[in-house]
Amino acid sequence: MELAIIIALDVLNGAASLVLLCLGLAVIFGMMRIINLAHGEFVMLGAYATVISANAGVNIWIAMLVVAPVFVGIVGIIVERCLIRFLYGRLVDTMLATWGLSLFIIGLVTTVYGNTIKGVPTPLGGFSIGAYRSSYYTLFLVAMALLLLALIYAVLRYTRFGLISRATMQNPGMAAALGISPSRVYMATFGIGAAITGLAGGLLAPVSGVVPTMGAAYVAKAFITVVGGGSAIIAGTASASMLFGFINQIGAYFTTPVFGEVTLFLSAIILIRLLPQGISGRFFKRNL
Amino acid sequence: MAEPVPLLRTKNLTMRFGGVVASNNVDFTLGEVELRCLIGPNGAGKSTFFKMLTGQLVPSSGTIAFRGRPIAGAASHEIARLGIGIKTQVPNVFNGLPVRENIWLAARRRNTPTQTKRLVDEVLHKIRLTERANELVGYLSHGQRQWVEIGTVLAGEPELILLDEPAAGMTDEETVRTAEIIREINTTRALIVVEHDMQFIKMIAKTVTVFHQGQILMEDTIDVVMRDQRVRDVYLGKRIAA
Amino acid sequence: MPAVVRGALNLAALALAVIVLVALPDLVEVFDLMQITLFAAMGVLALSLGFIWGFGGILSFGQTAFFGIGGYTYAVAAINLGDSTGAIALAICVPAIVAGMIGYFAFYGRISDVYLGVITLTVTLILFDAVNSTAGDEYRIGKAALGGFNGMPSVPTFNLPGDPSTVLDPTQGWYATGGALIVVYGLLRLILGSRFGRIAVAVRENEVRASLLGYDPRIIRLAVFVIGGAIAGLGGALYTNWGAFVSPTIFSLSLSAEIIIWITVGGLGTLIGPVIGCFLIQYLTSQIGSQQTFNSNLILGAILIAFVLLLPKGLIPTLRDLVMKAARALPRRGTAIEASEKLVGAK
Repeated sequence: MELAIIIALDVLNGAASLVLLCLGLAVIFGMMRIINLAHGEFVMLGAYATVISANAGVNIWIAMLVVAPVFVGIVGIIVERCLIRFLYGRLVDTMLATWGLSLFIIGLVTTVYGNTIKGVPTPLGGFSIGAYRSSYYTLFLVAMALLLLALIYAVLRYTRFGLISRATMQNPGMAAALGISPSRVYMATFGIGAAITGLAGGLLAPVSGVVPTMGAAYVAKAFITVVGGGSAIIAGTASASMLFGFINQIGAYFTTPVFGEVTLFLSAIILIRLLPQGISGRFFKRNL
Repeated sequence: MAEPVPLLRTKNLTMRFGGVVASNNVDFTLGEVELRCLIGPNGAGKSTFFKMLTGQLVPSSGTIAFRGRPIAGAASHEIARLGIGIKTQVPNVFNGLPVRENIWLAARRRNTPTQTKRLVDEVLHKIRLTERANELVGYLSHGQRQWVEIGTVLAGEPELILLDEPAAGMTDEETVRTAEIIREINTTRALIVVEHDMQFIKMIAKTVTVFHQGQILMEDTIDVVMRDQRVRDVYLGKRIAA
Repeated sequence: MPAVVRGALNLAALALAVIVLVALPDLVEVFDLMQITLFAAMGVLALSLGFIWGFGGILSFGQTAFFGIGGYTYAVAAINLGDSTGAIALAICVPAIVAGMIGYFAFYGRISDVYLGVITLTVTLILFDAVNSTAGDEYRIGKAALGGFNGMPSVPTFNLPGDPSTVLDPTQGWYATGGALIVVYGLLRLILGSRFGRIAVAVRENEVRASLLGYDPRIIRLAVFVIGGAIAGLGGALYTNWGAFVSPTIFSLSLSAEIIIWITVGGLGTLIGPVIGCFLIQYLTSQIGSQQTFNSNLILGAILIAFVLLLPKGLIPTLRDLVMKAARALPRRGTAIEASEKLVGAK
């Protein structure tokens, strides 16, 4: 029983981490149909922003929840203005350019801060279930993932900005004819996607090794989950994250963590073969 | 003696997209070396019909038989190999390749290199692009690209040729030439031609099938069709008889 | 360009390449020769992706999967067989078979563009993870221990075909590697000129039209992908031979990224472009590495961004366009070239 609870917690934790990691990418992919391969570096920048400001004396919660998303959001807007906006409609070129950007950011951070940086301790303590230990921070991550899903859903569904951005993504020409500037919507969407990613980086900073190359481990997983989830941002990300998080943790529990990851990748390949449009392309066509 | 097997026969051919029925129980028969024109307003289901015949769409229900052989749902390349060639509505050619290469690709599938070369030269002459054979197709005019596509269809030497709006975007002179080519092809092969341009239809048509809202409205000679009140109503405001 | 001129240029380039191959060991130090040998091994890898991406329209984010499988296959086979000849053959065949399986899975499942990218990328990650975790002594294939993240040291290097006792020296190693690059280039040229190659380009240009003409795009793509896998595998064998060592970093994402940079810089849709891009970028990174002033990721990233934004066609196609333009502008002054071109065109 205790073991079952712990495994359930692990699964939840895995799924929540995936949700956090993927949402920013999913917003950008789902709304703008571009794939940002510098996504992992946005996570890394969020983690760096958190660690550096926390080490400089900023409260850890403010560093995670405010500094990281704001900083990466601004980076995102700069990137969109200087790079992405020249490449709309050219999927492969965007991927290449953002891959270049990813290398560039890794190089820049390495040049400035070197290969390692002092981390931050995990806030909140731990608790025991029978013989097993877990941390409250895990629960906090799960709560944050749910909150973010709900928030993005609400913004897209109920706010004026959500309506405008959905309209622009559906038909930019028509939206422009109605007096909306697609360019500004794209910029804002990319900025928001980046900010969410930065927040994920901030939240994951205490529980992961913060190094310049940490993004590489995330980008592939996020990329696979988002594509596996399909174009519906909320439904796709949530369902794919749950599925892959579950498979990953169960695989890891019964074998090794590395093999858990391998099972995740294998199941992703099979999923894409079975549902070439992603989960949401098949089951949640009309959802957000 | 049993009834001869027609070149093409569809039965109850139906295509649904979500709630929209683009093709509804179409029963269509075409004989050997027949020339048939399809007319009908936009959205009548003509292009959908063509796409089902060529395997670009899999019909929701119904059958297609090509010389008695069922082909509904087969892959495009399999149907092409059986001998159905199509010129699609939007010019569908290899824009990045020279004219000659376009034709060569179509001709080479069934022929030896020497035969291919002769066939390519013949087709280039027929579509009057010999002079421009080495230019990239993407640089040609819309009408010329239509011809390149007709050329690729000819070079494949199919038994049945489907032409979706072959005269669209052509000058008057080009249109007349296209009609000539079609009549020439029809001496040996069957064709189905979709067109909006009634002048053009008059140049080539014998029998006309009228599509309306995914169904066959009527099928008769060109003169009867053009006098028919229902057809006039369908086109409402469109000038049929010029 | 008339076919005759094109053929002559190709022959001239081939002759030049052979001259460089033969003369180079006399011109440079052994250290530099070793360096250039490595570049040539990577050049083979560049050709593999340049072929499937540029001519088959298949963007693989995991071409290193086949490169790595080739490298490991060579290492395992060479240790077990004690002779490099069969090992090289296996290093070509095994990745080709794997490419065949992945390609069948993808192309016959109507999976395209981004999704194919995801699949190739994922396969690479799986291999990286899997090979990384084979550190234990139980992970052996015959006599060869896979070594996990430590890699496999002291892999036997190339020997004269059929004569395991005569191991190639660095100069001979260069002949083998540089020669392989030239042979692969030549073979790809022949393939592209053949019926199959022309159909492959047609499928890349317009898949729908190709299938309406009666060609099956799936089998064509699959064949292109398998050829690419085989070539990448050969590259992996050459690479392993070069260092007498192979480790899981051969599957790394950063190498996958680098191949894409080589091709973007050199020029997609050409064969020579990827090779030139590969040599240039590798030279640049080795220079950056020895100078230590800049981080190589920083420079590579900046180069990739600059090319995508400013020179999306890459070096070779841009140069070719310039030359063609110049050639067209010159004859206006009254030379006979234009007239003769017209004659050729009219025939």
